Amino acid sequence: MLIKRPNDIAENAVTDFALYQRRRDFLKTLGGIALLSATGLPLTAQAKSAFSTDEEQTDYADITTYNNFYEFGTDKSDPAQYAGSLITSPWSVTVDGACEKPGKFTLEDILKPHAIEERIYRLRCVEGWSMVIPWNGFPLAALLKRFEPTSSAKYVRFETLFDPKQMRGQQRNVLDWPYVEGLRMDEAMHPLSFMATGLYGKELPKQNGAPIRLVVPWKYGFKSIKSIVRISFVEKQPGTSWGRSAPGEYGFYSNVNPEVDHPRWSQKRERRIGEFRKRPTEMFNGYADQVASLYSGMDLRKNF
Amino acid sequence: MQIREPYFSKVFKPAVFVLALVPLAVLGWGVWQDTLGANPIEYITRSFGEWTLRFLLLTLLISTLRRATGWVQCLRMRRMLGLFAFFYGTLHLASYLWLDQFFDWGEIWFDILERPFITVGMLAFLLMTPLAVTSFKAAMRKLGKNWQRLHMLIYPLSMLAVLHFWWLAESKSRLAMPQLYAVLLAILLGERLYQAAKRKWLASNSSKTSASRPSVRMAAKRA
Repeated sequence: MLIKRPNDIAENAVTDFALYQRRRDFLKTLGGIALLSATGLPLTAQAKSAFSTDEEQTDYADITTYNNFYEFGTDKSDPAQYAGSLITSPWSVTVDGACEKPGKFTLEDILKPHAIEERIYRLRCVEGWSMVIPWNGFPLAALLKRFEPTSSAKYVRFETLFDPKQMRGQQRNVLDWPYVEGLRMDEAMHPLSFMATGLYGKELPKQNGAPIRLVVPWKYGFKSIKSIVRISFVEKQPGTSWGRSAPGEYGFYSNVNPEVDHPRWSQKRERRIGEFRKRPTEMFNGYADQVASLYSGMDLRKNF
Repeated sequence: MQIREPYFSKVFKPAVFVLALVPLAVLGWGVWQDTLGANPIEYITRSFGEWTLRFLLLTLLISTLRRATGWVQCLRMRRMLGLFAFFYGTLHLASYLWLDQFFDWGEIWFDILERPFITVGMLAFLLMTPLAVTSFKAAMRKLGKNWQRLHMLIYPLSMLAVLHFWWLAESKSRLAMPQLYAVLLAILLGERLYQAAKRKWLASNSSKTSASRPSVRMAAKRA
């Protein structure tokens, strides 16, 4: 297993995942939250990050069966059904472009120096639905710094694996493969930007972008590129897959913004998976306090 | 081909009626058993929409089927299938108004005015309404010739319905299903154009040969 747990917690102190998944049943049998807070049971193993939300987490089953991962098909159920063919070990990531230490790294090399932490983030899809997901991983900034980007590195470009044999969705031209995404350097270095290798304390399922994926919680979900094989430091803003597919609909920034509608639908509200009524969408997906300054002086209508 | 009476009226047609309700039952069961996935509301809205399209195509298929096979009886199912298209269309619209927008009329009005795929979808539904309202026999008699003219609205409204589906899917590169519906609709409408052209050609031929051909005139009337 590639997920590393913090060393200060013994394996036997970690809540068993199956037990963890049944935690609500547990609450029910105990007869309520009051008793729980009185006993202070340790339900999560990892230290709580200040960036994590305490909102109710989306069910593991929903997170792992309702996915947009066109590499495996365009239906939400396709990735869970077809991602089994993806070979995630061995895996390597090529780092190139404007940096002092480029190279081709095995996944083990990539992960080695990083302590795995948990981040419970909201995820807002451009289609108008959202989830709350407990990711496991490490800050993107910590990874990027290792390669010592030079001053001409203005953007980071990410690329997903291209292999139509493993990824049946790539046999059709629904997008310009391989999937490409990008961030401005300061966005990439922001402490919220995260590389995930797991969720719910478990190895990242293939349909969720195993073995390593990006999570940028203040941007629409498609920015959070999955199954990354290449990271490039570049000087010019990289063209992205969705941006090339429909330039008027998917901008480079794609920050969650209730004031800027998608041409085909409103972005004012969202359906949190598991909830009946829609809820209002928040600016920068509720992370405005942390990230709004990145865009001060920018016209977010133009730079959607 | 012919199904003997009373089997057609008493068995076959009721069986088609029950079959047409199966999609609704399957969705209802899915809601009950919670098997519609993580986003059941989106699933329901989409399903109702797709079943509306399917019933529109089935309705259009009837007269083509009659011309292709000579099975006249099938015409007696056309109204029922058309009303099922309206039924699923109503459920599709209701799930949008209620489950999707929660009767936020400001948002709904904005959608209709500003989002082309909603505009054409709403228009298709509006055009379907007079057809459903005038589907019973008394209206047929009262409207006479105009009834047939009115019901030719199914051609443009079916095109609008496919366009609604197409524009919804376009930006997400999920055009496979809309393309399929567009091709099927094109075949059904193309067959009508072909028949009309054939009639025209026969009519001009028969006028040349002076002998009037009643069967051709009958066919022209049925158009």
